[in-house]
Amino acid sequence: MRHAGLILAVLALVAAVTPWSASRADTAKRGLLPAIEPAAKGERCVEDTATMRRNHMRFLEHQRDDTVHGGIRGAKHSLKGCVDCHASKTTGSVAAAKTDFCVACHSFAAVKVDCFGCHATKPAAALATTSGGKP
Amino acid sequence: MSDDPGRRGFLGLAAAATAGLAGVVLAPGIRLVEVAQAATPADASIGANPKVRWGMLIDTTKCASGCTDCVDACQTENGLAKPTRSTDPQWIRKVEIKEIKTGRQASVPVMCQHCAEPPCVDVCPTGASFKRADGIVLVDRHSCIGCRYCMMACPYKARSFVHEPLTGQKPDVPRGKGCVESCTLCVHRLDAGQKTTACAEACTRAGHGAIVFGDLNDPASEISRRVREVRSTQLRADLRLDPGVRYAGL
Repeated sequence: MRHAGLILAVLALVAAVTPWSASRADTAKRGLLPAIEPAAKGERCVEDTATMRRNHMRFLEHQRDDTVHGGIRGAKHSLKGCVDCHASKTTGSVAAAKTDFCVACHSFAAVKVDCFGCHATKPAAALATTSGGKP
Repeated sequence: MSDDPGRRGFLGLAAAATAGLAGVVLAPGIRLVEVAQAATPADASIGANPKVRWGMLIDTTKCASGCTDCVDACQTENGLAKPTRSTDPQWIRKVEIKEIKTGRQASVPVMCQHCAEPPCVDVCPTGASFKRADGIVLVDRHSCIGCRYCMMACPYKARSFVHEPLTGQKPDVPRGKGCVESCTLCVHRLDAGQKTTACAEACTRAGHGAIVFGDLNDPASEISRRVREVRSTQLRADLRLDPGVRYAGL
């Protein structure tokens, strides 16, 4: 394999110029990844983005038991907190349209989110100002 | 995975428990449970306080027949729709009673009685029906499978089943199809530091003053003073469920 180094170099060059190595932003632009609306308020989530992507369901599940059974409210991993920041500017909800925060990812990943069969999808402030509370 | 909160929480708890026990010297005759009961929890300010027993005293002599102020306030607070069918959820029912022999009538609001020995909790197959440390009996909808065994077990008909999909729930009161639900003693208000429920507040504001809400364990509270002074009964006291809701003038 005298030319192994050369072959690798050529491969690397090809990889660098082919479209499938395009950046994440480009991929999202072409509709392969969900377009996620940035949070309406606040620059920082309760955890960094990678952790939230991987573990948000565990955070929520862990804290919900403390809240329901122990009556401990106001801890940082609350679904209400998610909704307060991530409700869409257009629909005012996290799960009303396909582009809304929760649904955008969950429909992409084909994971059914059943939080909103019971939980409100709009922040309390929005519900207070609008007449109806339909999600 | 290093960030698994379940595992991390468990390890943290275990470490805290070990540290806590290390500081306690158990003399002969002192059982661990007594130490645990005597110790004030470090986080007594947050969460359900085991020293509290929330309860209500309902004076039926002040409760007018046909008045639904408490029911309306409950519906507004918890995002319940006005029931149109007998199967629709209702957390407070106004029950009209009449003594046959004398013809004496009374109107009684009946909600979850928040028993100290709740039969709904005994029969729940999933542990969804539970009693909080402060005596509030709740349904954890995350584990409720909608079997309705608790509805059968409750002698007060306090629980309802949600048959239809719901929309427009309150952020503080999540509720949905397929689960059993009942009066929560406005647990979201109590956890937020408020001292009264929506029904008691509405009854007082309307000037009836038929519902007194408070801590039965606190001898200085209004409700403790009233139950000391006024004769009150628990519904179906013969079942010895020790409800937290008491009725005067029945």
